[in-house]
Amino acid sequence: MREKLTYGLALGAAAMFTYTLYRILLMLPDELMQGAIYRIMFFHIPAGIIGMIGFFVSMTMSVWYLSSKDLKFDSMAASVVEVAVLFACINIVTGSIWARIIWGVWWTWDYRLTSQLVCVLIFFGYLALRRAIDEPTQRARLSAALNIFGCVDVVIVWKSIEWFRNNHPGPVLSIRTGGGQMDPRMDHTVYLNLIPLLLTGIALVLVRTRQEATAREIDSLRRLAHAAA
Amino acid sequence: MNSFRQIWTVAAKDLAIEVRTKESINAAGAFSIAILLIFSFAFDPFSDSMHEFAGGLLWIAFAFAGALIFNRGFARELPNECLDALLSSPLSASSLVLGKALANFVMLIAVELISLFVFGIFYNINWVKHPWALAGTLALATWGIAVLGSVFGAMTVNLRLRELMLPVIIYPLLIPLLIGAIEFTTILLGVEPIASSDWLWPKLLLLYDVVFTAVSILLSDTILVN
Repeated sequence: MREKLTYGLALGAAAMFTYTLYRILLMLPDELMQGAIYRIMFFHIPAGIIGMIGFFVSMTMSVWYLSSKDLKFDSMAASVVEVAVLFACINIVTGSIWARIIWGVWWTWDYRLTSQLVCVLIFFGYLALRRAIDEPTQRARLSAALNIFGCVDVVIVWKSIEWFRNNHPGPVLSIRTGGGQMDPRMDHTVYLNLIPLLLTGIALVLVRTRQEATAREIDSLRRLAHAAA
Repeated sequence: MNSFRQIWTVAAKDLAIEVRTKESINAAGAFSIAILLIFSFAFDPFSDSMHEFAGGLLWIAFAFAGALIFNRGFARELPNECLDALLSSPLSASSLVLGKALANFVMLIAVELISLFVFGIFYNINWVKHPWALAGTLALATWGIAVLGSVFGAMTVNLRLRELMLPVIIYPLLIPLLIGAIEFTTILLGVEPIASSDWLWPKLLLLYDVVFTAVSILLSDTILVN
């Protein structure tokens, strides 16, 4: 059932991507000021949204683990963090490419860029901590605590760097501005491209969760063999 | 024994050990002064723009020196199974973490005062222009660093890569606190008067302290007790 769902999501994402790529590359005209490079925003913005949602979903899974002690939720939290870090990295890299062409620099210490980098570093620490602990319940317990600290910090990081410095373009999506900042066709394409990226993300989480479950089974068999020997 | 008394007992025990051995303060103090010395080669110590770097320079030294103190905090309880003894005593996990945080706070403040004195001499900066505001900033930011350092010291105490993991985990989490501390310390050491909007930074430090002290209390049992 899980495999069928994973393949279904991947197929759905591929079909949607075919349509959104056709729309992005062939249907939409170049942007008046930015030319063709604005098309990277159809990946940059959804990747940032998915990354940020992923961090908070993983925190929910960690809280769930702490209340239920079911290692399944720990595997889900770790899988979601891995995929969220991947999407946050896509967001940073695509933003950096856009900045190089539009602003002439690869990086500015703007609050959104800096916040996203800090988020990646926080959750990189989470993944590093998991690799440093062999015992599954200790790993789950400590990484769940770190995940909660990380997500609480993400909110403060976001606000503090916003006060500190800000030269990133303001919100353009209609969901934030009520419309008028962007051509509706472009605005809709951002939302449309969010769907295949999200489906890909969910499929990757399912694959990683399955791998984590298998790793847990192998680990418990190894422990059983050690105890029997 | 109420919680405050438990916290004080743990802190007093750690401070008594530190007064006798001086292992953390000596190492952290020397490390902090070495960082200040190295920075003097990166910037012109007597240029006018030094005021703009002062806050950042000091807090980098304090945060790095802090990691040495936090690594020792729980690690000193490992020999002779002292940590297990502490955990099986009537002491609550949150009291243990806050007691360690209080001891780390006092040790880090001592290192900061030594470093400030040396910094004033090395870089010819008058750091007593706003003594109360500077004391408040040091107290707020150091408490935030100490509480997070103690919690993550507890988290990493049994890990193989303890010394490596602690900085990897805590520095990204400390960024909002360090932004507030660096910004306000730079203002306090600078030549411009303090503007009303500058008081945003101590408020950020206070918010950070309250939030992370609360989260630390909530998660102490999860981190320390199996």
